[in-house]
Amino acid sequence: MSNAKLAKDFEKIVGAGNVMHEEADLHAYSYDSAVLDPQVPALVIKPTTTEQLGPVTALCNEHGLPMTVRGAGTNLSGGTIPHPGGVVVLTNGLNKILEINEEDLYAVVEPGVVTAQFAAQVASKGLFYPPDPGSQAVSTIGGNVAENAGGLRGLKYGVTKDYVMGMDFYDAHGDLIKSGSRTVKCVTGYNLAGLMVASEGTLGVFSNIILKLVPPPKASKAMMAIFPNVQTASETVAAIIANHIVPCTLEFLDNSVIRYVEDFTKAGLPTDAGAILLIEVDGHQAEVIEDAQKVVDICTKCGAKEVKMAETAEEREALWFARRNALPSLARAKPTTVLEDATVPRSQIPAMMEGLDKIAKKYKLDIGTFGHAGDGNLHPTILCDNRDKEEFHRVEEAVDEIFDVALSLKGTLSGEHGIGMAKSKWMEKETSKATLEYSLKMKRAIDPKGILNPTKIIGDV
Amino acid sequence: MEDLKQLAQNLMELDDQMVACMKCGMCQAVCPVFAETMQEADVTRGKIALLEKLAHEMVKDADQVNDKLNRCLLCGSCAANCPSGVKIMDIFMKARVIVTQFKGLSATKKMIFKGLLTRPKLFNTLTEMSAKFQGPFAKIADQASGAASCAMLNPLLGERHFMPLAKKPFRKDYPQLDTPRGKSGLKVAFYPGCVVDKMFPNVGHAAIKILEHHGVGIFLPKGQACCGIPTLASGDQDTMVSLMKQNIKAFENGTFDYLVTPCATCTATLHETWPKMIDNEDPVFVEKVKDLAAKTMDINAFLVDIVGVKAPAEPKKGGKVVTYHDPCHLSKSLGVAAQPRTLLKLSDNVEFKEMNEANRCCGCGGSFNLYHYDLSKSIGERKAGNVRDAGADIAATGCPACMMQLGDMLSQTGGGVEVKHVLEIYADSL
Ligand SMILES: Cc1cc2nc3c(=O)[nH]c(=O)nc-3n(C[C@H](O)[C@H](O)[C@H](O)COP(=O)(O)OP(=O)(O)OC[C@H]3O[C@@H](n4cnc5c(N)ncnc54)[C@H](O)[C@@H]3O)c2cc1C
Ligand code: SF4
Ligand code: SF4
Ligand code: SF4
Repeated sequence: MSNAKLAKDFEKIVGAGNVMHEEADLHAYSYDSAVLDPQVPALVIKPTTTEQLGPVTALCNEHGLPMTVRGAGTNLSGGTIPHPGGVVVLTNGLNKILEINEEDLYAVVEPGVVTAQFAAQVASKGLFYPPDPGSQAVSTIGGNVAENAGGLRGLKYGVTKDYVMGMDFYDAHGDLIKSGSRTVKCVTGYNLAGLMVASEGTLGVFSNIILKLVPPPKASKAMMAIFPNVQTASETVAAIIANHIVPCTLEFLDNSVIRYVEDFTKAGLPTDAGAILLIEVDGHQAEVIEDAQKVVDICTKCGAKEVKMAETAEEREALWFARRNALPSLARAKPTTVLEDATVPRSQIPAMMEGLDKIAKKYKLDIGTFGHAGDGNLHPTILCDNRDKEEFHRVEEAVDEIFDVALSLKGTLSGEHGIGMAKSKWMEKETSKATLEYSLKMKRAIDPKGILNPTKIIGDV
Repeated sequence: MEDLKQLAQNLMELDDQMVACMKCGMCQAVCPVFAETMQEADVTRGKIALLEKLAHEMVKDADQVNDKLNRCLLCGSCAANCPSGVKIMDIFMKARVIVTQFKGLSATKKMIFKGLLTRPKLFNTLTEMSAKFQGPFAKIADQASGAASCAMLNPLLGERHFMPLAKKPFRKDYPQLDTPRGKSGLKVAFYPGCVVDKMFPNVGHAAIKILEHHGVGIFLPKGQACCGIPTLASGDQDTMVSLMKQNIKAFENGTFDYLVTPCATCTATLHETWPKMIDNEDPVFVEKVKDLAAKTMDINAFLVDIVGVKAPAEPKKGGKVVTYHDPCHLSKSLGVAAQPRTLLKLSDNVEFKEMNEANRCCGCGGSFNLYHYDLSKSIGERKAGNVRDAGADIAATGCPACMMQLGDMLSQTGGGVEVKHVLEIYADSL
């Protein structure tokens, strides 16, 4: 069927003006935040009510049209790069917060609600929605759920999946499926909402999502610990956890990142430090004071050269300034920033760092590493120029090897950025042939024509 | 569109700058146009992607890309927040020049830019004549902001509540000035800018009063021309350069420490944009431009940072409530935000109150307002709402273009709020 005729059919569902098919518009939806080749869709469709998601999906299925749902397009694994000739379905028109329930501590939102705006609304009611991916100023709740996004507070408060209580979604035929509930406990049927988490748009199209809220912590304290080398810093991470203190945030910056950040911000960071840890504890006032002191003691005992405690709000702000500027500083250094998120058990961080060091030398690449040390979730970031074919080839080889090392340390391909197109070829290596087969069988049964974001995660059906 | 290949090749000049965009999408959080349309082609990332694709000949329809490129206020909000430090404004300006070289200027723009702006005398005469004729037709729509509406001009101006041209332009009262340094020991060149000259002469008068009060000598030469930003935003770099030449000529015979302007856009243009547009000019001229650019300063910043006007220990209470809108070209391009607030807090008879999103673009964007009025209006209405929510009697700002937009928006949303330049308020309290 011609695109013009198809466009008309979609217009009947979403209304004229909500189907885009001009060349420039199509090209504007051909990429996301991953460093991968763009692919141009045939149509871009913008539903204005969640109910329209059903018939839109049904029409795609009828024509065997591949469809890719797009939130803010900030994912780093190519999850929203469309299938050539397929359609892109935008959720940014579905951005209503339907309910914030202060008595029962939950909220119901449409999938296109922007994470930070939601968190701010929740905070204005005196409650707390902790997942805070670095992209929260623009990322959507639908995208967060589909990628199981995590953030700086993951260590203590968990990631997006820990806050999904239930969800309505449309299956490949456009029928509405309901799962989970507004109750804290719910074992009615399969945990389909759980299945949707991290599914990257390959198993269903989310409509309304029920999220858990928590009371905010009463107090918090932040500090920066300066270490002579990566080794002592990562031993400290293990020691803090082993002492049964769970900071809300425990972030790591290696020497190369410290130097880039200092270059760019002139914030006065210790450029001769091997690594720094940025640590924040929160909870009740008394507990915070006690935990903070324990953390200082542990850091000192493990070999920290210095621990700087933030005494005022400004000092706390200054500490997090460094962390927030890690990516920007690296991004300014070279044209292309390949940000990976290989994750290892916490005790393996020293080994992982050693591995990264060897890889950087072997492939003659500039790699800066920062990340969520408390979760073992590191972001080795390769600085390069993807127009330089030869160099970029080395980058690809280095990335392969980074995963090899992470897997050999009993780690995982992705701590938070998802598999998408970028890492699907690695799936079998981390899991098993049977795991992949199981997933493929499930996908075939649920989505026989393979229209839901094909090729992502598990490759071609 | 004549030769796509050539266009693509020229755009490749920008490739090194464009490749710095890592497509992180963080610009979606701050782009006022995107907030209205939620379309990827309207946000920075989308525009850069389209330019890249045009440069690499992956997109064929240059007109479509050009349309998207022009749906932009050039407010710089994205550049100020871009984690990669992409030189977004440079890319957009240069891309407009490159595309315009191929498409050519529209007949109207050619007439206005080449025929009018480069001939300040003719421009002045024409606007004076219009000022005389507009009287009988324009009726004041909102007494407070001074905005007018005019049924006869609707085909041209739509439903806008525009600022009428001043009966007597600033230039008539001050054709030129050259006063000695006073107690401050400082001397400045004064560049009012066209909008102050023709629409808001009071702002010019306020500036003179303030400078005299602080004992600052003033050099105000004849023959000043427009800063050229409207022409550059339309891709006409040539006219901008000829306007620069006229201005350089006007100022080259004076001695002064700084050049100050009450127009945020002029300040940013002289200080930042001029030095970037002179690659192919002769070295003597280049030196002069760089010298003048380095001396150019926003007048609020001059008063606080150089003259040393200090914030009061206790903010004043009582009087009319005044709030402040940050012009993009002051806060985002030049980082001037505290100084105008200092002056407001110092002023008698007003009480300063911060509004929400003070730093958000008002939606004017020069010719953006002409070609995309609906978008401009919805962005402006949000600003008007914030002004009203602050309970302000006066909306103050530091850019005459913002004053026009604020006047239109506040007038159309019920009126009753005065629109003033910070200098007018500060001058009144002296
Ligand atoms: C600067 C930067 C910092 C980042 N920091 C973090 C971080 O700290 N932690 C982290 O985890 N990630 C981070 N990310 C990655 C990314 O922001 C997250 O993966 C985020 O959750 C994506 O949200 P989105 O709305 O942009 O989704 P998109 O990128 O639009 O989509 C992501 C996936 O979700 C699917 N999807 C979206 N909506 C739906 C729906 N309604 N139904 C079904 N499928 C859907 C899409 O098809 C796609 O596969 C970062 C990215 C950037 C650019
Ligand atoms: S914020 Fe900067 S780097 Fe990120 S997409 Fe926008 S322009 Fe590109
Ligand atoms: S300059 Fe302003 S309007 Fe233009 S893309 Fe940037 S933020 Fe949007
Ligand atoms: S901003 Fe406007 S008023 Fe100021 S000089 Fe430029 S064109 Fe003239």
